[in-house]
Amino acid sequence: MNAGMSELRINELAPALERAEWLKQKANWIRMSAMTMTHHAHLGHTGGDLSAADILAVLYLGGILHLDPSQPLWPQRDRFILSKGHCSAALYSTLALRGFFPIDDLKTHMDPLSMFNGHPDRNKLPGVEANTGPLGHGLPIAVGAALAARMRKESWRAFVLTGDGELQEGSNWEAAMTAQHYGLDSLTVIVDRNMIQQGDFTENTIRMEPLAERWRAFGFAVEEIDGHDHAALLQRLGNLPIEPGKPTCLIAHTIKGKGVSFAENKPAWHHGVPTREQLVMAAKELGVEVGW
Amino acid sequence: MNSAQVSSVVSKGAQATLVDCRDAYASALEEMAAQDVRVCAVVNDSVSSTKLKSFKAKFPDRFVNVGIAEQNMVGVGNGLANGGMIPYVCGASCFLTARAMEQIKVDLAYSKANVRICGMSPGMAYGQLGPTHHAIEDIAWTRILPNMTIVVPADAIETAAAMQYSLVHQGPMYLRISRMMVPKVHDDNYEFKLGNAVLLSEGTDITLIAIGVLVGRALEAARLLAARGISARVLNMSTVKPLDREAIIDAARSTRGIVTAEESLAAGGLGGAVAEVLAEEHPAPMRILGIKDVFAPTGTEEFLLDHFGLNAAGIERAALELFENEG
Repeated sequence: MNAGMSELRINELAPALERAEWLKQKANWIRMSAMTMTHHAHLGHTGGDLSAADILAVLYLGGILHLDPSQPLWPQRDRFILSKGHCSAALYSTLALRGFFPIDDLKTHMDPLSMFNGHPDRNKLPGVEANTGPLGHGLPIAVGAALAARMRKESWRAFVLTGDGELQEGSNWEAAMTAQHYGLDSLTVIVDRNMIQQGDFTENTIRMEPLAERWRAFGFAVEEIDGHDHAALLQRLGNLPIEPGKPTCLIAHTIKGKGVSFAENKPAWHHGVPTREQLVMAAKELGVEVGW
Repeated sequence: MNSAQVSSVVSKGAQATLVDCRDAYASALEEMAAQDVRVCAVVNDSVSSTKLKSFKAKFPDRFVNVGIAEQNMVGVGNGLANGGMIPYVCGASCFLTARAMEQIKVDLAYSKANVRICGMSPGMAYGQLGPTHHAIEDIAWTRILPNMTIVVPADAIETAAAMQYSLVHQGPMYLRISRMMVPKVHDDNYEFKLGNAVLLSEGTDITLIAIGVLVGRALEAARLLAARGISARVLNMSTVKPLDREAIIDAARSTRGIVTAEESLAAGGLGGAVAEVLAEEHPAPMRILGIKDVFAPTGTEEFLLDHFGLNAAGIERAALELFENEG
């Protein structure tokens, strides 16, 4: 472990001033960590890990999610569900930074019998709320969690991060109807709108636009946001719901492969695996070393 | 048969009363909701077919109707369990299991979620509505999932008892609740024990293992066999998973053969489960009574059960074949 890594073990939340800059560094660490894990496993989903890194950093390290890593099952915790479970390397890196398990453990990513499956498993890893991987599962689970909080008259909230291509799964819209009908304003859906799915750009595959209007039509209070702007994400996620009585949908405009020039906005990097040389290049561009 | 429970067979008089197990399940759920604030129900527009009108009226805050959306319904169940509730996700078996199979696999079985799915009107209960509305595949589909528990109650008493047990069960559970009017086969102080075959009738020549609506019919078959001087053991294998392997092995050792009977496909269901145990532990002659690799023709449930030989005469015939072949 090098000095850079121990420095990043800091678990306290971002100081109020310079918070956005601090979160940017953390997000880049998450990017570099996820790419290193993918390189190690020769398998992974780099593009989506990189597009989601800023959102994950703001949620977990920006003080948005109320969590206690020393009590991962604290009943009053906010629930965060990574519906795009294939971006597990970014989630694992974030959870490690937040203190749910040692950063060193990430080095076993996808090794035989590792806790770090290619898709998250809540029974193996503290901090993981749902076993996702097949798409269209996260939103129904988050809706159920929001209903549970209401039934229990508790104030914790449910967050779900979905992909954009993922919204082609009909189960999302079934769940959206439930969220609207029950007026679940403790529910926030964040769409990682990176415009690319496995095989191609979303709009060449099955048109997703007008996406914001679709969510509005399903009864959500919708805002479009730059998914890489830490200050904007902090401001918006720190002031929820957008409209009392309505579930929130934030369409986070992102760049698939964000932060690494050779991967940005390229469908092939959906599940591209970086070479050692590409890792060196990425570390330079991101200004981060993870040390393994 | 160390693990099997003995439940005395009730008198013929008591069997005259026929009941719909859904009523027992619905009243049990209300009682449980009154006892435990974590109990809640999720339905897919199926308020009346799940018999939950009264539950909805008494516990409106713990009743969620997601509309006609089974995939969402099961995912919502996972989220409710994650949030500390004990959800009963209820709908017609045919839609609940088939439409939401990936959610049952991932959100429930793989996740080990504390969710109970209650499949109503299984088998061919929706007789004339046709194979789209029959759930004859559900046992095979759910049985192969790791972490899944499957209970098929045989009468109202067992339905209520299994529901009460489900409150403390850890992990996902499929309760298959029949709609067909069935006789009482357990006595009033019956206690449900997960994973234990229920010995309803002792016998030394042949063993009849049945679930659900076939249990009453198996008892009837045992009486027909008794009249022929053949002593048939009757086991209610209401816990299809985890299976009571000991009771099956004991039956294979101490009787000449085993007939299984279920209102589902003969492939992959109770019969398949029993055959898997026998093949590994104690091969024995067997007949699997179920629906043999076809979708049912048009007819009422009663007609279709007869059509497929899933009645006392059919069970008796299969038992006689085994008895004669092995005699």
